[in-house]
Amino acid sequence: MSSDNSKIQNIINDCPTIDKVGAEERVARFQTRSIKGESKLMGLKMTLNMIDLTTLEGKDTQGKVKQMCYKAEHLHDAIPGLPTVAAVCVYPSMVKVAKNALKHTDIKVASVATAFPGGQSPLAVKIADTKFAVDQGADEVDMVISRGKFMEGSYAYVFDEIAAIKDACGNARLKVILETGELATLDDVRLASDLAIHAGADFIKTSTGKIQPAATMPVTLTMLMAIKDHYDKTGIMIGMKPAGGISTSKLALHYLVMVNEVLGEKWLSNEWFRFGASSLANDVLMQIAKAVNGPYQSADYFSID
Amino acid sequence: MAKKNKETTGLKWSYDPALEGVDHIKLREKYDLFINGKWVKPSSGKYFKTFNPADESFLAEVANADAKDVDKAVKAAREAYDNVWSKTSPSERAKYIYRIARLMQERAREFAVIETLDAGKTIRESRDVDVPLACNHFFYYAGWADKLDYAFPNRKVSPLGVAGQIIPWNFPLLMAAWKIAPALATGNTVVLKPAETTPLTALKLAEIIEESGLPAGVVNIVTGYGDTGAAIVNHTDVNKVAFTGSTGVGKMIQKSLAGTNKKLTLELGGKSANIIFEDAPIDQAIEGIINGIFFNQGHVCCAGSRLFVQESVADLVVRKLKDRMGSLIVGNPLDKNTDIGAINSKEQLATILKYINIGKEEGAEMFQLACDLPDKGYYCPPTLFTNVAQSSIIAQEEIFGPVLTIQTFRTVDEVIQKANNSPFGLAAGVWTDKGSRIFNLTTKLKAGVVWANTYNKFDPSSPFGGYKESGFGREGGLHGLSAYVKLS
Repeated sequence: MSSDNSKIQNIINDCPTIDKVGAEERVARFQTRSIKGESKLMGLKMTLNMIDLTTLEGKDTQGKVKQMCYKAEHLHDAIPGLPTVAAVCVYPSMVKVAKNALKHTDIKVASVATAFPGGQSPLAVKIADTKFAVDQGADEVDMVISRGKFMEGSYAYVFDEIAAIKDACGNARLKVILETGELATLDDVRLASDLAIHAGADFIKTSTGKIQPAATMPVTLTMLMAIKDHYDKTGIMIGMKPAGGISTSKLALHYLVMVNEVLGEKWLSNEWFRFGASSLANDVLMQIAKAVNGPYQSADYFSID
Repeated sequence: MAKKNKETTGLKWSYDPALEGVDHIKLREKYDLFINGKWVKPSSGKYFKTFNPADESFLAEVANADAKDVDKAVKAAREAYDNVWSKTSPSERAKYIYRIARLMQERAREFAVIETLDAGKTIRESRDVDVPLACNHFFYYAGWADKLDYAFPNRKVSPLGVAGQIIPWNFPLLMAAWKIAPALATGNTVVLKPAETTPLTALKLAEIIEESGLPAGVVNIVTGYGDTGAAIVNHTDVNKVAFTGSTGVGKMIQKSLAGTNKKLTLELGGKSANIIFEDAPIDQAIEGIINGIFFNQGHVCCAGSRLFVQESVADLVVRKLKDRMGSLIVGNPLDKNTDIGAINSKEQLATILKYINIGKEEGAEMFQLACDLPDKGYYCPPTLFTNVAQSSIIAQEEIFGPVLTIQTFRTVDEVIQKANNSPFGLAAGVWTDKGSRIFNLTTKLKAGVVWANTYNKFDPSSPFGGYKESGFGREGGLHGLSAYVKLS
């Protein structure tokens, strides 16, 4: 699909302005919600089941990825009945390894692509990167948008690129990373969200994890509102994935409160909401163990694959 | 392009009760009057009861002061003024005020819980708004006490004497702080009467004042009904009357003070306009509407109770507003997750319900949040009326509850005219992305406070007060000092 100017212009025209102070106040309201007892335990288990367990390092090896995949399935065998994570997220070169390690499970394999994390490569390279990941068996593709083009105001380029990658994905679900830490304003976050949604994103995602700040609650709220407005208009659900910087259970629960109150329970499953995180799982496990056993246990009791 | 996807059901996730504990608070069974630094029995021997509006349970008995008791309190205040407080150096005055502020902060949690029990407001608000703001008022005015010469350069600044202060039930502790802090900073002594439905935090404040070592008689707290207030207003030895409450009572007070040389400030009712332009940040404006009308169950004199929405975005705003209301939690005010607590009293609930009926009879279209209300106590679900005209009674009179009227407008001039077309003039909100439009409206709206892209923001350094039937005089900030000083 290629864009024409009027289509892009319509997206820009329909894009509402965002008041940062107001967005932050709304977030503060979510953070005063006090989640206790059963609702806390349920929230923690949901969180585990929504994690995209991630390793995206230059030094990733087959060994590292295999070990992480085992952890994805066996989060903490000491407590029976825990869910698995939603997916593991790796570089394209590791997709096959992950796929093999997880073939007997429901855990998805997500691959970053499109010259992650910078995205400063020609479209042909990005398409090839995406196709390679999909051919290797990736169930999901996490692409990055061209932030440079976005800054230049070449919104049609950004739109067309997302649409082209969506085509290249075939049946794999596409998560579009906006890298909100580089976009700087919530107005830009909203516009980028709208462009991604209209260009065919199945999920929109905040960050690569390589840039600070990564996911923040005001940014995520802005993106959730974009998803909500789109759903109200079209009835089409889009997923959301905040990534990077969410490493504690308390913060994860605040995110879930936000999803619950903005989008509603329909989104409270890993089909529509994910956390991109590497260290969140163990903090959640620690809290669950506390709820089940009583005292807090030391970090040494939780594996660190 | 994303295809219409199959909808899956996620998990239904509701929040378990998260009740704030009440074990740590200390309430007496019976409160006497705080006069001349002592707890004194009322001369009539009469007490009245105060209840928790959230479940109608009994909280404490409180002394009912009559004119004799008020006379005692005013005499104590006069003596303290003549013999002690007017001779205390400004920096010493500041020390006492700082000490009161710190003692309040140390017991913030207890204050918050008692405020919630006595007034029905949510613990979230008493904890995050009422109590911290009340402390901040004391801190702020403590800072002014020895700097009055800089507040009024080249003028001689002297206190007025004895200030009689009558406060309402919507922000019991905060209003006490608004009244007492500037009066003490400027060297006046005080006789304060809290509202009969919510006397407990003012009495708790009296305990703190006792603890602070403030000289006896500088602050006196007398509890009672309207006749107690009238005795304060009409006492011949009171130099200044400060009243916050209804416009009706305010008018009576002004009449009875005519011909006396008592200084008067009135902070009365309102029917404030909250104006949404089509270029506004709509999602944040929705929050501002919610905060404007549902904050403290709508028991806010500056509540944004008249919503004006530009016609081009009216449907969108109303749809989003209803949607947002769906996530409000109404119920036990002590639950940390409750957004909307109990109505302050049975009488106020009756008033609100009366207006809701009038709205229906006037043919306005009503939308109410469908929610389970507790069996006991006084509750009103958040309510909207659309199809409201400027001539509707519900758009003209102050309801003082969680009831919003929604009107539409076409042009800037039209909305200015409609917003100003009210006997009140306390506050207004303007939501637009255009800076020049904000300044245009702030100069033309006849309201004491105009908020731009926000609502119900309070700060001790910012003056608050009204035009027209919303009263006169300013509280807070530098302006708040002038209500308590004589300049020569």
